Amino acid sequence: MSPVALRADLQAIADLIQPGEKVLDLGCGDGSLLRHLIETKQIVGRGVEIAEAKVLACVRNGVTVRQGDLHEELRDYSDGSFDTVILSYTLPYLNDPAFIVSNMLRVGQRAVVSFPNWGHWRCRVSLLLTGCMPAAPGDPQPWNEAPRARGLTIADFTTFCAAQGVRIATATYLQGTRRVPDRFDTNLRATWAVFELK
Amino acid sequence: MNGSNSIGLVETHYFTFAENELLALESGETLGPITLAYETYGQLNDDHSNAILICHALSGNAHAAGFNAPDEQAPGWWDDCIGPGKAFDTNKFFVICANVIGGCKGSTGPMSIDPQTGRPFGLSFPVVTIGDMVRAQTHLIDQLGIDKLLAVAGGSMGGMQVLEWAASYPDRVRAALPIATTARHSPMLIAFDEVGRQSIYADPNWNRGDYYDGPRPNAGLAVARMIGHITYLSEASMHVKFGRRLQERARFGYDFETDFAVEGYLRYKGNRFTERFDANSYLYVTKAMDYFDLSDERGSLIGAFANSADLIYLVVSFTSDWLYPPYHSKELVSALSAVGADVSYLNIQSTWGHDAFLLEVETMTALLSSFLDRLLKRFEVTAP
Repeated sequence: MSPVALRADLQAIADLIQPGEKVLDLGCGDGSLLRHLIETKQIVGRGVEIAEAKVLACVRNGVTVRQGDLHEELRDYSDGSFDTVILSYTLPYLNDPAFIVSNMLRVGQRAVVSFPNWGHWRCRVSLLLTGCMPAAPGDPQPWNEAPRARGLTIADFTTFCAAQGVRIATATYLQGTRRVPDRFDTNLRATWAVFELK
Repeated sequence: MNGSNSIGLVETHYFTFAENELLALESGETLGPITLAYETYGQLNDDHSNAILICHALSGNAHAAGFNAPDEQAPGWWDDCIGPGKAFDTNKFFVICANVIGGCKGSTGPMSIDPQTGRPFGLSFPVVTIGDMVRAQTHLIDQLGIDKLLAVAGGSMGGMQVLEWAASYPDRVRAALPIATTARHSPMLIAFDEVGRQSIYADPNWNRGDYYDGPRPNAGLAVARMIGHITYLSEASMHVKFGRRLQERARFGYDFETDFAVEGYLRYKGNRFTERFDANSYLYVTKAMDYFDLSDERGSLIGAFANSADLIYLVVSFTSDWLYPPYHSKELVSALSAVGADVSYLNIQSTWGHDAFLLEVETMTALLSSFLDRLLKRFEVTAP
């Protein structure tokens, strides 16, 4: 079976993973990322996902998955039981991001977080010109649809990490599928960010 | 005999062991010789690595799939999931199902003849546990030449046997599928079982279990079964299945005949049960469930699975199952996660209550067949 084509941010996450790692993917969706990592890097993978259809898709993808709410399930894992804990595009949907991020770093040696950047210039211009809350870059979900995403920007997240005492080890910024270098205007230009936390 | 993808005609086999060396039971008693009734479906592959043991629930038996006779009315109890192309695909797997000890469908139980007296055991049959049932199954697996089962699967009391296999014989199983079950029988479950037992004790025909020469305690057994059936449904499923519909009447009878459809259902199910189940077996098997508890004195399940972290688990519960509520399964999943086991878990959306494990065939088939295919790949299991 050929490896599954990955979303750009997932590819950026996959590039951070070393062969044979033990990986926990929180909000793992249909298990595409874990399946890709199992097939290409022989990792030991575990996923947590809340939606029944996606859990079934994970099992179809040969991925180990638990149905449940991250806020509850994370408590079960013992300290340092994973090399990497991944949170891809789930951060905007969390009730308690501080709890989740601190527990990711408790159960994992490191955490990898990816999210769309509402600080992108199109979002800013959209709010200025239309007066409507901008949707996430690349995701036209209206504000009233569930699950409700709470928008955040790269600047919001780095401020949050500083306040939580979380060290950002590496940062990867994407504009669509293309990587962009970190500059003074990254928060304007990047549509996605991938942070490696320790 | 009908139905597509049926395994077709199957035969019940009997295996007798513990003729010289009696089986030591958890109670301290011994039992032997012991006969197990069992059926198998599909073919064992060359290296005997494709065997799956199915464990049955309280009223089940070894006849899990196919038909024992061409004119049999209904197929085996889990025929929806066992057969060619089904969840437990008999083109790929060698599927085994055995009647539990203490049962009354061919395996040694209280209605068997006591070799000491030449009469049925009745209450002189020793009390057995889920652990004893599983220990007896290990002898059958030995006899079939299987060193390591690919999987053990079962719902309800079958799920308890699955957990017992995982906890007590981790080196003889690769994967465990406990479905709609618990690692610790709850006080509510014990309470329902006790009401069922009390209704049997209260039947004058019961005669302290010594009734095999005379009329049987059918009234008591029927009431026990009716209580059971209520707990297998949900309020929502009873609304859908019966509502307040009347049974063969246009208006209330203002008498004590059957008014409501739900009454008719319970009476029918209760009476039918007495034709196929032994009251003493009901006492023994419910008692075995009540004793089941894998937790330690602090209520933790982690110790029970500390040496069973290498198995692959699929835990399944159902949202409307109030008899074995999803939180029992979640507790199990938490313990398995804590020991680092490879555990998958799904709480399937269903309105059918505890019965959902037999009724949600589509979701179960999708889930189980994907999971079992992963095992085939993972352990490089060859086709039979």
